[in-house]
Amino acid sequence: MRNFVSNTSKTVQATPLNPRKRAIVVGASGGIGAALSRKLAREGFSIALVDRDRASLQTLCDDINKISGETRALTYEHDVTKYNSVPDTLRRIIADLGGIDTLVYIAGVIYFPAIDEYNFAEDHKMVEVNLLGAMAWTGAVAPLFQNAKGGQIVGISSVAGDRGRVSNPGYNASKAGLTNYLEALRNRLTRHGVNVLTVKPGFVKTPPTLNNVKKLLFAVEPNVAADMIWDGMKKRKQTIYVSGIWKLIMLVIRHIPSFIFRRLSF
Amino acid sequence: MNITKSFTQLENFGHSHSAPAYFIQINIPEEITEVFEYAKKAGLKVTARGAGRSYNDAALVSGGIVLDMRGMNAITRWDKSTGLVTAQPGATLEQLWQKVEPDGWWPPVVSGTMKTTLGGCLSANIHGKNNFKMGTFGEHVVEFTAILPTGAEVTCSPKKNADLFHAMISGLGMLGIFTSVTIQMKRIHSGLLTVDAYPVPNLHGQLSALLDGAPHNDYIVGWMDGLAKGKSLGRGQIHAARYLHEGEDPNPRETMKIKNQILPPYIFGVFPKALLHYFMSPFMNNFGTWGVNTAKYIASIRKHTFRQSHAAFHFLLDYVPNWELSYGRSGLIQYQSFVPKETAEAAWTEIIQLSHKNHLPTYLGVTKRHRPDKFLLTHAVDGFSLAMDFKVTSGNRARLSSMLQDFDKIVLQAGGRFYFAKNSETSTETAQAFYGEKTVAEFRKLKKRCDPNGLLESDLYRRLFG
Repeated sequence: MRNFVSNTSKTVQATPLNPRKRAIVVGASGGIGAALSRKLAREGFSIALVDRDRASLQTLCDDINKISGETRALTYEHDVTKYNSVPDTLRRIIADLGGIDTLVYIAGVIYFPAIDEYNFAEDHKMVEVNLLGAMAWTGAVAPLFQNAKGGQIVGISSVAGDRGRVSNPGYNASKAGLTNYLEALRNRLTRHGVNVLTVKPGFVKTPPTLNNVKKLLFAVEPNVAADMIWDGMKKRKQTIYVSGIWKLIMLVIRHIPSFIFRRLSF
Repeated sequence: MNITKSFTQLENFGHSHSAPAYFIQINIPEEITEVFEYAKKAGLKVTARGAGRSYNDAALVSGGIVLDMRGMNAITRWDKSTGLVTAQPGATLEQLWQKVEPDGWWPPVVSGTMKTTLGGCLSANIHGKNNFKMGTFGEHVVEFTAILPTGAEVTCSPKKNADLFHAMISGLGMLGIFTSVTIQMKRIHSGLLTVDAYPVPNLHGQLSALLDGAPHNDYIVGWMDGLAKGKSLGRGQIHAARYLHEGEDPNPRETMKIKNQILPPYIFGVFPKALLHYFMSPFMNNFGTWGVNTAKYIASIRKHTFRQSHAAFHFLLDYVPNWELSYGRSGLIQYQSFVPKETAEAAWTEIIQLSHKNHLPTYLGVTKRHRPDKFLLTHAVDGFSLAMDFKVTSGNRARLSSMLQDFDKIVLQAGGRFYFAKNSETSTETAQAFYGEKTVAEFRKLKKRCDPNGLLESDLYRRLFG
């Protein structure tokens, strides 16, 4: 399996000139989250794995540490909708990891309403997890990065945030809000040496998508998505599409005039 | 006491490394005990910070509590008949010499900057340009008190709690926090020193000059042109200084006045030195420094003798305020190795050649003569030290780090040692190797006794002791 290729870099001791990079991955036990956590571990990062699901978090953590041959990952059980507990969790992580260089926010939920269904409870949940949780975490990290004059914030938004479509208004709104929030954050933080990367995946072969979407257009495996995200992180990009073809597709979709768009059925 | 909930991004002196921490000002010793209790409950690590003049990670603890000791800076007792001074750890060498010099005394050991605090001087057990004669700072400490992480207060002297005395001085602040220190000053008969300046053509000449010059002088230091190659490798200039005897200075009262010691804030009476670092920064590259060093060497060829105030001779680093900023955004680091006199020339020749090969030459090299001391984590040897400043850029960090670790191997091979107010890249393996198993075991034993919960931890300690 691609995830388990043993190319673990030889452990070099962290020194002031050559420090170990440290990342927080919020929503680490999901498809992309787990794949990206593994990728970052292979790239030599120390990682704080944050998720609500303790069991899968522990499995992932043990797995990463076993493959690395040392403790590279630590687990933090946390529900992103418990906004008030973010500062304390962050403080704990910083004490354990000795600071942070990267925050990756991947936590996200998606529900699939019927074409004429309006379900506020589900919309509410999507906004809470996809947008408000991201605001709570990135907002807590932003001043630290600003003071440190460096760092990287990676937010996993979606191509779904680029237009409001008939199929899923709540999800579209949550991701549009996130894309916009990340853009504003980028405009605030770039001048302080902080990079904000917005990732807009199309279809990724994760369980919720596989179970609910019939036609998976240009779908990628989670570990392929993770490689693409890592590439964007390394190049300190501002926005990337996963996979790249979506950049072109969304360019077209974003320019479809409303009088046509409102007649379309996707 | 209010233990703040927000992080402060703290830097080292060279601006090459920073870390977030809870930065808490300490004004009275009781607050130290409170912090230890809080840290134990909260699961946080603690380290003390003085003026933050170390070039590495000695006064930083990422994600932990850093105690700002500058608030405890009183000189509590000064006896001008005996030369004994007692001060709190946040007091600086600047405060100290300004207190004692007008009465005809001078601190027996000072660093190249007067901004360092006494707590820092003890923790790193600093040395000066007279190490071969007066030893380290710790050798002049008569007594100190400290608070241990257990909450206990201890008083140590060379006789009382002698094991702790010799371990806490040089102990990198990892056994306890100093609260008071008593130091014996040295009698002087003038505010001036007689200084001989003369050139040395290469590294062999440099080290011979230190070796031969030391017995006849009170201070000796060499400047090394790190860019000179071939037959001139290691060339530079020696400054050797002597105290004036009683009667040599017709008016010692006058020369010992602070106003006749301090460094003027203007050059040529008009140009503010605070701006000087801006004009230095264009020269802080391989070509610019080559030009400056060559000019400096040519200017030094004329042998001359002059008189200079103590402050001007010692505190060269304070001559240009904020000089470290001239190294640019990514700052600088300093690498200092201590090598026995028999092996120094070969080891440093190899090191300097390696720096040329990597196109990462030192922009400032400084050599000194040393003698061993009996402190537990000692850095001294019967030999010489070479301190090298390196410019850090965003692109050279990893290369510089690996080159310095290669230096470490050469120094280790030559039986040398390292100094942790400076070196930032030395690994656990190297540190344990040069300290030796016995010393490490003894230090760990004391650490366990003084700090059973492991509350005191700096980034430096994590790096050296794992």
